Amino acid sequence: MLNVENVGKTYPNGVRALEGTSFTVEPGEIVAVIGGSGCGKSTLLRAISGLDRPTRGRIVLDGEPITAPHEKIGIVFQEPRLLPWLTVADNVAFGLTDRPMSRRRHRAAGALSRVGLAEKAQVWPRELSGGQAQRVAIARALVPQPEVLLLDEPFSALDAFTRVDLQDHLLDLWTDLRPMTILVTHDVDEAIVLADRIMVMRSRPGHIFEEIRADIPRPRDRHSAAFDHVKSRVLMALDRSLAGERVPEIAAEHPGTGAAMWW
Amino acid sequence: MTVVSMEAAVEPAKTQTPARKRSLARFARPMLGLLVPVVLAAGWELVVQLGWSTGRLVPPPSRIYAEFAELARSGELLRHVTATLLRVAAGFAAGTVVATVLGAIAGYSTMVRRLIDPSLQGLRAVPSIAWIPLFILWLGIFETSKVALIAVGVFFPIYLGVMGAVLSVDRKIVEVGRAFRLSGPAMVRRILLPAVLPAYVIALRSGLGLGWMFVIAAEFMGASEGLGYLLIDGQQLGKPAEIVAAILAFAVLGKITDWMIALAAAPFLRWEDRFTRQEETADVER
Repeated sequence: MLNVENVGKTYPNGVRALEGTSFTVEPGEIVAVIGGSGCGKSTLLRAISGLDRPTRGRIVLDGEPITAPHEKIGIVFQEPRLLPWLTVADNVAFGLTDRPMSRRRHRAAGALSRVGLAEKAQVWPRELSGGQAQRVAIARALVPQPEVLLLDEPFSALDAFTRVDLQDHLLDLWTDLRPMTILVTHDVDEAIVLADRIMVMRSRPGHIFEEIRADIPRPRDRHSAAFDHVKSRVLMALDRSLAGERVPEIAAEHPGTGAAMWW
Repeated sequence: MTVVSMEAAVEPAKTQTPARKRSLARFARPMLGLLVPVVLAAGWELVVQLGWSTGRLVPPPSRIYAEFAELARSGELLRHVTATLLRVAAGFAAGTVVATVLGAIAGYSTMVRRLIDPSLQGLRAVPSIAWIPLFILWLGIFETSKVALIAVGVFFPIYLGVMGAVLSVDRKIVEVGRAFRLSGPAMVRRILLPAVLPAYVIALRSGLGLGWMFVIAAEFMGASEGLGYLLIDGQQLGKPAEIVAAILAFAVLGKITDWMIALAAAPFLRWEDRFTRQEETADVER
């Protein structure tokens, strides 16, 4: 179980990117974090990953506080971030340093064929398409069998067809180990297709504005009524989360009302 | 260059079989670079043979070749080349080691960079020949001062190259290393070193080029052997063929040593995504 406890982050330049954020992710759960740009969703994910330390609060995984990158946590970034000097297979095996070479190779090959790129094992990353590279990045994050998988807008740089394809593919991979998954995205459809819970964030300072459950059986049909129902709820929440931002002077004039709206 | 080689590859394709086109393209491209010097040399040879010029101050290829052959036969060439090569090797090695260490530290640590970089940049602005009198006073007139001068010449391009390369390592790639909990040494070995390698090879090659430049300056300041000595000797005895022979030896040695660095580095740089890559890989496949 992953606990985010009252986490806040103030950058050295004084920007309060995140404030009082708390939630829990149960084992086998996928949580999507959605919000406009600058709402602190990436800051939140980086804090959970241990890459950045929060300035307030703490993150606890199975009773253990996370203060630095942890072996039980895998992360996929917005860009594939493959190491250009390693072959695709070596990139996938990058996180498996402390095991014998033959076993590393074997597991990397297995993960590569699982993402459908077995025949690309010996090519350089520059020879891959954007979608293929991101699949390799997902394989690299999953091959150490993490208990938590963090995804930072993983498909936002891809075209619409590839994106839908990879969303389905990710769900398929996820069923192997069912890691606790936190997906940061700005794509409402993506959040609803993948997540059990969708947390809508709001900025200044970043915090969770509303939480919406998506109780739709998987595999989810992107064109079903249930899907549309959740989608309209998320969109409404997003609208309200952004509404205050467009007229911040109202909130400033009536601090009481503003605070009530936030919480 | 690109345009020419593309034409060379495309034109025969219309008339000849692909296999024939390949072998032609493979040999025709390097040959194109030889065309200008060969035509010029043959032209000058002809002018001298026809008696239009004595070729006393500008020796024709046949006389240069004869001088070269004489130097090689008597063992003089080998002696001078060895002396010069050893000086360049020692100076290059010393300069490279110091420059790599200082460049890496200055690139890695902002504090160290603020401390040492301004001084080094100031020293870099000093024409390195200006060091000669001081080095002679400090280190004597023999090998040490010559090697030191070459090392100074080699130092600056490599120091700058390494520092720039370390500074420009992609933060996002370093973060991948952090996410996989690499230790300090592992981060250097698995992320930083491969990332700076392409720039490092270029820095080494420009450092070596300067090393060859400075070895002449070093040998001009008083040497009894070496290609620089051969140049001075040729001037004092009025033997232009000897001077040109020494210059040619420099060109050949410089090219060969540069090519050796490039060749040694090539297996480690196959991953590079360069804009000329398409054409080159196509060449290899042919």
